[in-house]
Amino acid sequence: MRTLYRFLWLTRALEERLETIFKQGHVVGGLYRSLGQEATAVGCGYALAHGDWIAPSIRDLGALLARGVQPRDVLRQYTARGSSLCAGKDNTNHFTIPELGILGPISPLGTQLCVLNGVALSFRTRREPHVCLTFQGDGASRTGTSHEGLAMAAALNLPIVVVLEHNRWAFGTPSTAVAAVENWADVAGAYGVPAVTVDGNDVLQVYDAATQAIARARAGDGMTLVVAETYRMLGHAQHDAQKYVPEHELSEWEDHDPIQSFSDYLIEFGFESASTLERIRSDVAAHLDAAADEVLAEEHPPAEEARTRVYGDPELDADVPWSRGPVPGYEGLTSGWRGRPAAGLEGA
Amino acid sequence: MANGGTVETTYLGAIREALQEEMRADESVFMLGEDIGAYGGAFKVTEGFLDEFGPDRVIDTPISEAAIVGAAIGAAHMGLKPVAEMQFIDFIAPAFDMIVNFAAKSRYRTGIGAGLVIRGPCGAGSRSGPFHSQSVESYFANVPGLKMIAPARAYDAKGLLRAAIRDPDPVLFFEHKFLYRRIKEQLPVDEEVFVPVGKARTHREGADLTIVTYGAMVYKSADASDRISSEDGAEVEVIDLRTLRPLDTGAIVDSVKRTGRLLVVHEAPRFGGFAGEITAQVCEEAFEWLDAPIRRVTAIDTPVPYAPTLEDYYLPGEDDIVAAARWLLAY
Repeated sequence: MRTLYRFLWLTRALEERLETIFKQGHVVGGLYRSLGQEATAVGCGYALAHGDWIAPSIRDLGALLARGVQPRDVLRQYTARGSSLCAGKDNTNHFTIPELGILGPISPLGTQLCVLNGVALSFRTRREPHVCLTFQGDGASRTGTSHEGLAMAAALNLPIVVVLEHNRWAFGTPSTAVAAVENWADVAGAYGVPAVTVDGNDVLQVYDAATQAIARARAGDGMTLVVAETYRMLGHAQHDAQKYVPEHELSEWEDHDPIQSFSDYLIEFGFESASTLERIRSDVAAHLDAAADEVLAEEHPPAEEARTRVYGDPELDADVPWSRGPVPGYEGLTSGWRGRPAAGLEGA
Repeated sequence: MANGGTVETTYLGAIREALQEEMRADESVFMLGEDIGAYGGAFKVTEGFLDEFGPDRVIDTPISEAAIVGAAIGAAHMGLKPVAEMQFIDFIAPAFDMIVNFAAKSRYRTGIGAGLVIRGPCGAGSRSGPFHSQSVESYFANVPGLKMIAPARAYDAKGLLRAAIRDPDPVLFFEHKFLYRRIKEQLPVDEEVFVPVGKARTHREGADLTIVTYGAMVYKSADASDRISSEDGAEVEVIDLRTLRPLDTGAIVDSVKRTGRLLVVHEAPRFGGFAGEITAQVCEEAFEWLDAPIRRVTAIDTPVPYAPTLEDYYLPGEDDIVAAARWLLAY
């Protein structure tokens, strides 16, 4: 229980730390928060076993932390450090860590499900008892790759769990405006797989549902769609003040904050004391202080690194080494306008 | 029948042999695609594969090209060697996102490569209309991280497909369907056929003009060159690129420096085609060796039309190549 609480709090505190350094100008590019959705991510990530794989969406930081990703590596990603998991070549949570079973998503959504199918296929081919789990928001679930990925996973009976995070917003548009779906569990019927709907802000419900779906996949019974009912409490990214969101919706969901309600539950039923939870929060803060100090002292990668790692053979990366410099044999031509020729070409 | 250590093999048969040999030698090699298992593939490339290799290694998929390529990427991440079939290369379009955004960028972004092959029949000339005839290489030419192969000979189809399967990067392998059963070569029986990725070959030697081409246009270019030789007395060198990316610029530049004249021939449309890139590279690296402007003979800038009259007009013909070559030789 306290481990779950720690991951929930770590997720929120790390995102708040990212917001602080964003405001200080250290974050390169956008910052995407999962405020209000932490329980879905943590509950699912925590339900997986060693050897399983997970492909997060942008609002699933908690799942990555629960799978063993270190906060300093998240800070490095957002600050484009040379030491980051993507070596400064990609941002946010777009990293892949085979040892931890993590497949990074890319910005065109739905694609990670298609790729995760291949990971699941390798488990089946090698008779390995592992399972894959991925997330898609209600917005992302409308892409062609989402549909194709679901169709393939279902048709091949792959050991996959797909968690549909119904967080009500696709960037700046309510899902009700761009999807004719009312009950998101109905989506599963189109692919012939079962679905279960849970309160995505209740980490224990999420954990239970994920555990059952994972067990079902591990037993060879195929994909389950887990619908997590939740709410995106902040804008699409840091730049989005989400003025389009009705006030009353935010306040209703604020009363159902996943971390506050879990904390209340733990204390009320005597699982943990308030002081234990307070100690977890201060440990997390100290850990993040140290991580931020370490990461902010690091550098962006050297510029020429931009050329590397395109191909497996480094020789091919240096395809045209002189594309940013003098052409070999013509080094003297880097400067010196010789003037317009005296006679026109017609005289030649 | 074996004949002096060789056996007559079609271009299609060579592809089939490459797949078989690689699958027999390495059990991490597997195939996935539409109708490739029980049906044996739309062109029967994989006929009998399901019986020999089983359903784990010859996987029939839904008609979901993005999901096919996606699964290939994931399997490659796990150390398998996937060969994904596009039933016709035209249908690679729904998988564009997976190829250019996921497969091609994977190593650069994450350090984890995606060694996979996407193969399928390309090319016009078989009266198949706009959606079963395209040459798609230029769609992908501007995407770092991809490799592309377009063999003309059965030998190269076999040798390069084997190399592609072993390659650590995503490879698009374009099989010209017009050549599938028309090209027959004597391939060695006992000696290994393996052709490294990234090396052009000289299909025909000559000192007076260089034609750079690939795929089915190698044969039209060679026929045109024979005509020039017998009717004009000039000798044309035909370079068969075999691999489009990485491009063997060295082989092109070496030839142009000897002949001083360059004609680029391809079946894909003209605007934004490979001929433009080849022209630019030769201008950068061999401008002072050129004795004439560089010219291109390509398909016209339209979709591939259906009616025989239209399709024949669309495709570069032997006469078009001869005319452009004569213009260059006379310049």
